[in-house]
Amino acid sequence: MRIKSQADFYSGVMFIAIGGAFAIGATSYTIGDGARMGPGYFPLMLGVLLAILGAAVLFQSLVVETVDGDPIGKWAWKPLFYVLAANLAFGVLLGGLPSIGLPAMGMILAIYALTIISSLAGEHFKLRDVLVLATILAAGSYAAFIWALKLQIQVWPTFISG
Amino acid sequence: MDLVHNLATGFGVAFTLTNLLYCLIGCILGTLIGVLPGIGPVATIAMLLPATYALPPVSALIMLAGIYYGAQYGGSTTAILVNLPGESSSVVTVIDGYQMARKGRAGPALAAAGLGSFFAGCVGTLILAAFAPPLTELAFKFGPAEYFSLMVLGLIGAVVLASGSLLKAVAMIVLGLLLGIVGTDVNSGVARFSFDIPELTDGIGFVVIAMGVFGYGEIIGNLSQPDEEREVFTSEVKGLWPTRQDFKDMAPAVVRGTVLGSALGILPGGGALLASFAAYALEKKMRSKPGEVPFGKGNIRGVASPESANNAGAQTSFIPLLTLGIPPNAVMALMVGAMTIHNIQPGPQVMTSNPELFWGLIASMWIGNAMLIILNLPLIGMWIKLLTVPYKFLFPAIVLFCAIGVYSTNNNTFDVWMVAAFGFIGYLFLKLRAEPAPLLLGFILGPMMEENLRRALLLSRGAWSVFVTRPLSAGLLVAACLLLGIVLLPAVKSKREEAFVED
Repeated sequence: MRIKSQADFYSGVMFIAIGGAFAIGATSYTIGDGARMGPGYFPLMLGVLLAILGAAVLFQSLVVETVDGDPIGKWAWKPLFYVLAANLAFGVLLGGLPSIGLPAMGMILAIYALTIISSLAGEHFKLRDVLVLATILAAGSYAAFIWALKLQIQVWPTFISG
Repeated sequence: MDLVHNLATGFGVAFTLTNLLYCLIGCILGTLIGVLPGIGPVATIAMLLPATYALPPVSALIMLAGIYYGAQYGGSTTAILVNLPGESSSVVTVIDGYQMARKGRAGPALAAAGLGSFFAGCVGTLILAAFAPPLTELAFKFGPAEYFSLMVLGLIGAVVLASGSLLKAVAMIVLGLLLGIVGTDVNSGVARFSFDIPELTDGIGFVVIAMGVFGYGEIIGNLSQPDEEREVFTSEVKGLWPTRQDFKDMAPAVVRGTVLGSALGILPGGGALLASFAAYALEKKMRSKPGEVPFGKGNIRGVASPESANNAGAQTSFIPLLTLGIPPNAVMALMVGAMTIHNIQPGPQVMTSNPELFWGLIASMWIGNAMLIILNLPLIGMWIKLLTVPYKFLFPAIVLFCAIGVYSTNNNTFDVWMVAAFGFIGYLFLKLRAEPAPLLLGFILGPMMEENLRRALLLSRGAWSVFVTRPLSAGLLVAACLLLGIVLLPAVKSKREEAFVED
């Protein structure tokens, strides 16, 4: 058995896994019957349906011929890592992480961190350009979100603003 | 005349200073993201949703709507000048628009796109105003069984008309429906699939899904491709006004595009994207006049028609949303979210319970179109400058706006972790070539579908036959089956694939 469409093959696997997980999870809630549906009825139905659809996608990927095998291609680990890391750093700095005792650092520092880390995802990284961009973004965000829209976001680190 | 009276109410609302201002902001933002490739209206509207908390509901909706149709104007600029679709609905504009630019006729191409869009926008708005009240009447006859069947039809329509694998698209809808179920069940109070995480008992925020999948997922996808050499025809935009011959060629194309676009916008699953593809296909089928430039070589009809169609489709796709409360595409799904944030339950009652909102929004679209034609033709130079901003400065800004937007939805860092997870999932979808737009639709409709299914079956004492014995419901389901059947016919199947592979 040869995989004829790699993208479809793994899509099928994904749908079966997620559908199955939802269906199994749904059985831990009351299912009920058609007239008196419990909280598990609809998810069970959909979970099974998704697994069936996934199986059909999987079957198709093994049977229907494609031109180039429809490969998934290389994973872009670098942008994936840096973009998500930038986002996480932003969250940690903005809100703090009480579980490890890290205080909130506020929006301005979080913006600098996000801009620097996410810029690493691109191909040409120049620290000076990135710092200029971060400063513009920080000033712009302050004007737009804090000053104009009055969002309730902590701007400076806790130990400065108190 | 009711229509005139209603429109007068609407213009009364739309012509206040605040609403004019938000309309303008929406149009400017829409043009901006339309011009910039790599960011679309779905991600932008998701980003801005939290920012509209503080606004009055009418202003918020006026602004968000402006972003959607504004993007249709902006998208053509990039398509014509850079040979890149600024917006997915401008993909076909690239074909002839860029060829016109290469021949030094960028100006007339831009004018054809702008004027066509304006005409289509005006017509679309009128259709919206005229058709909304009768459809609302019809919607009041709907019981839970009809609503359920209508949603089935809507979801099927959304995938049938979309590009790519049908089976995968249906699976993505079901996945979306399942994600929509996460959270507390309204009937029993049971927290489903929340893994004892308190934040999850409120369900997954759709801002989180929209931004993770459409914002981060696409940025990562864009960054994984090497920088392309962009050829920008900036210096050659002089003499915007088309010649008399151009007008003669484009006028019928604009009308055809508008009619087709308006019709396709109303359909479930329709909207700007589908409208532009269909319009281009239609123009190509029309007989060319002798001496006319062939398609693909810079024919003005190939610019005017799809650009009119996508704008008309963008306007009329508000009809199912405002009358039935059912979003026909991903952007409208976000509008449902925007309305719920402001405690407005989308559906037929909006017109009677919030008439100023309903007619104000419609009137603002006409004003918005007038603003856009000014923004996009005389002020075109401003947007062209924007095209020279490199992506490396753009994407950190987009990442930032996503992060701030997500955080400020609930002032909670949990959403920031969630959006990272969905960013990963979004990239995974991209790699597996699983179209994410149906997922978002399913996600929005999930709770509504479950609720209506429950009610319908409760009323029928568990008999599933209720969906086929009630004539309206049966009709809707038959239509859904027909749609599926037609697409699966071998002849149509190959045509459908052909229609989405334009080159």
